Amino acid sequence: MQTEIAVLRFGLGARPGDFAAAAGDPRAWLMTQIRGAVALAGSTPLAPAEQIFVEVSAARDERRADPNPAAAFNSVRDAYLPHYRAQVLARAQSAALTERPFAERLVHFWTNHFAVSADKGAVFGVAGTLENEAIRPHVNGRFIDLLTAVEQHPAMIGFLDNQYSVGKDSDLAQIAARRATLRAFRGEAEVTNKPKREFGINENLAREILELHTLGVNGGYTQGDVTSFAQIITGWSIGGGKGRLAGGIPGRFYFRDTLHEPGAKVFLGKTYYEEGQRQGEAVLADLCRNAHTANFIATKLVRHFVADDPPPAAVERVARAFLKTGGDLPQVYAALIEAPEAWDPQMRKFKTPEDFVFSSLRALNISPRQPEEVLRSFDLLGQRQYTPGSPAGWPDTSKAWDGSDALMHRVLWASRLADRYEHGLDPVGLATSSLGAYVRPETVTALRRAASGSQALALLFMSPEFQRR
Amino acid sequence: MYRYPMNTARRRFLLGTGGLAASALLPNVMFARTGGSARLVVVILRGALDGLAAVPPYADPHYAGLRGELAIAAPGAADGALALDNTFGLHPSLAFLHQRYLGGELLVFNATASPYRDRSHFDGQNVLENGLTKPIGTADGWLNRALAALPRSSGQAHERAVAISQNVPLILRGDAPVMSKSPQATPDVDEDLLARLADLYSRDDWFSARLSEAVQTEKLADEGGSVAAAPAMMPASAPPTGATKPAADRVSGTARMAAMLMRSERGPQVAVIEASGWDTHANQGGAKGALAQRLGGLDQALRTLADELGPLWAQTAVLVVTEFGRTAAVNGTRGTDHGTGGCAFLAGGAVRGGRVIADWPGLAPAALLDHRDLRPTLDLRSLFKAVLDEHMRVDAKSLATRVFPDSSGARPLEGLMRA
Repeated sequence: MQTEIAVLRFGLGARPGDFAAAAGDPRAWLMTQIRGAVALAGSTPLAPAEQIFVEVSAARDERRADPNPAAAFNSVRDAYLPHYRAQVLARAQSAALTERPFAERLVHFWTNHFAVSADKGAVFGVAGTLENEAIRPHVNGRFIDLLTAVEQHPAMIGFLDNQYSVGKDSDLAQIAARRATLRAFRGEAEVTNKPKREFGINENLAREILELHTLGVNGGYTQGDVTSFAQIITGWSIGGGKGRLAGGIPGRFYFRDTLHEPGAKVFLGKTYYEEGQRQGEAVLADLCRNAHTANFIATKLVRHFVADDPPPAAVERVARAFLKTGGDLPQVYAALIEAPEAWDPQMRKFKTPEDFVFSSLRALNISPRQPEEVLRSFDLLGQRQYTPGSPAGWPDTSKAWDGSDALMHRVLWASRLADRYEHGLDPVGLATSSLGAYVRPETVTALRRAASGSQALALLFMSPEFQRR
Repeated sequence: MYRYPMNTARRRFLLGTGGLAASALLPNVMFARTGGSARLVVVILRGALDGLAAVPPYADPHYAGLRGELAIAAPGAADGALALDNTFGLHPSLAFLHQRYLGGELLVFNATASPYRDRSHFDGQNVLENGLTKPIGTADGWLNRALAALPRSSGQAHERAVAISQNVPLILRGDAPVMSKSPQATPDVDEDLLARLADLYSRDDWFSARLSEAVQTEKLADEGGSVAAAPAMMPASAPPTGATKPAADRVSGTARMAAMLMRSERGPQVAVIEASGWDTHANQGGAKGALAQRLGGLDQALRTLADELGPLWAQTAVLVVTEFGRTAAVNGTRGTDHGTGGCAFLAGGAVRGGRVIADWPGLAPAALLDHRDLRPTLDLRSLFKAVLDEHMRVDAKSLATRVFPDSSGARPLEGLMRA
């Protein structure tokens, strides 16, 4: 069973050849995958975030000229749409084709951990760039590098509204205040009756870094720490902008010193004297050494790979590795591989919609060619790529996707897929090549008795053993 | 604590001194409301709706200053609030709710919150749904426990509740059987395939139970009539999707499916609808803008629900809640951050409406919680208990123990429903 567990639970389901590749030493097969960056498998060309931001900003300028607000909104969406579609297709192709499925699953894990949602119009077309530009290069590196790359990626900054978070004593706020005083001194009336814009912080990114990315919600911080951390990362922004705010490379991380709240600040009882961008980076470094972070990440990893209720012994083992190695991710993953609980022959995880679709594609040894093949599948099954809706990402416990209606949608999807791909396939052979020793005799009997090849295939994909990992 | 002088009248409702618990004196009326006749729809707004935008306290002297460009003007002004009383209005996008208020079918709650006092969405939603005072401690939801406490009348062997979603949210999870049904109608699945699957699942209880539930729900939906076609399947040649659907359409479709299931003969008594996208940290807008559009979508969905329920609306209560409110002041990015006190709505033909229920703490600096949030003065569980008691006839003992453990401090409101 060890071979099957490596391929089905740690990986993304068996393509023909996966079992053979893992058979000699399943643990070693996993270990070879967690070195170096994890490039996309497949060949869909993707534009980098900065190019997308520039295109969209051009579309937004056009929109200002357009008197019809609906047309204006559509122009931005239309500029984003091809990029979103390409990112979704690239992700599915990579999952279908990769020969490093454990590494690919880890990429998916971190993308969900550091979730940005394309539901937010402002980041619709760059949501997938976070995965490809910040996560894939660092998934097998140190956690601090992964974390820093993510929090300084324009998709994350835009998703959690940090680009215009302004310190009250920042240069920008001071200049504005001086101008207002000067106007009042001269007795100038307010030129407009629009309410004045106050400068201040937006605590969204700071809160979610603590709650969702590092310490976890019970990680020992207070509202005061959230506010202070938000002050610390004022200025973490995106290049571009106009007038006084012009600066940096459009669409890339840019530290805007004029928005930054100056001075030393206290966070979790420690005073940070660093200046500018380095102050926030110093906090991130300390967060990576915090035992709450180690425990939070370990719990999520074990929940993802082992069971919805993560076994405490496995969590402890992984957390210890995290703390001991200062968040060296390959050693953290190695601790997971070494955890005996991860090799329990009983399949405990009901597959997510992506697990189900990707493992079906791998079983059939096919890869989607058009974005709509992927998009329609997930419009039907739920959890469409890059749209968790909230910065917490998709839940990782099956209650969130195991409703009876969801099962019916899987039946529907499986039968459509089977109708298309039944030709020339041997369902019983496919059961063995995709499930190995996990195929139950009653499933084989059902496949043999099926009314058609298509029906047999649908039964295989809907069998309990195929639906779990 | 500083209080508005004009609010003594409102507090009376809160404490229930005005109502003589009339229903207890009128067994025939009570009879009419028992059994399967009452309908309850719970709408969960995920992401923390800004209560000070949805129910603007336009007469509070601190409101306009705190809110700046987000403030909703007083009734009568351009783009002003829709008047409720001398203190509160409704956001101008909530025209249908306002109409129901004037028609005596809407109760508006302000300065309310669950017992949760931190500011995490996810923990906040857990507390809103699990009915406890903390985010962890149980895997089931208060609405499910309430269903389990209802007496089983004849002909009630089927599920009493449905989640209008592919999956069941926490509030409805638990021992009482519930259905899930997404807003789109599912195209027919081959019956022979389903029969064979049932056979294949016969030794796996988990799959077996889900499949039979799904098949039954499909039948119910067929009875209620078809709604909208499901999106085309994987190998298809129709025009591409990928753009996000307008929120308003999505919620209305969900409301329509809820109504359709509830009006079918053996349909569910209780439905849960979810709508997300309320986390307005930046550029939330005032009378117009991003939040205004969301609120318009919600208003339209509630109108759709009422229209589609038809005569059943008279027996219906719709509870609209969110995990917490947002900061009293506008933040640095023309939005609001996570707060505490917020608003809630109870609408429907069964509701004794036309009132605002709020023990208003005011927005003066000293009145704010942690110098930033509207201070909650009403525990949402007091509202939940009242609805479950007066509308669904869940017995008081179950409410105080199983459904809402550790809730002795949250006494049920009284007189919320029509006698």
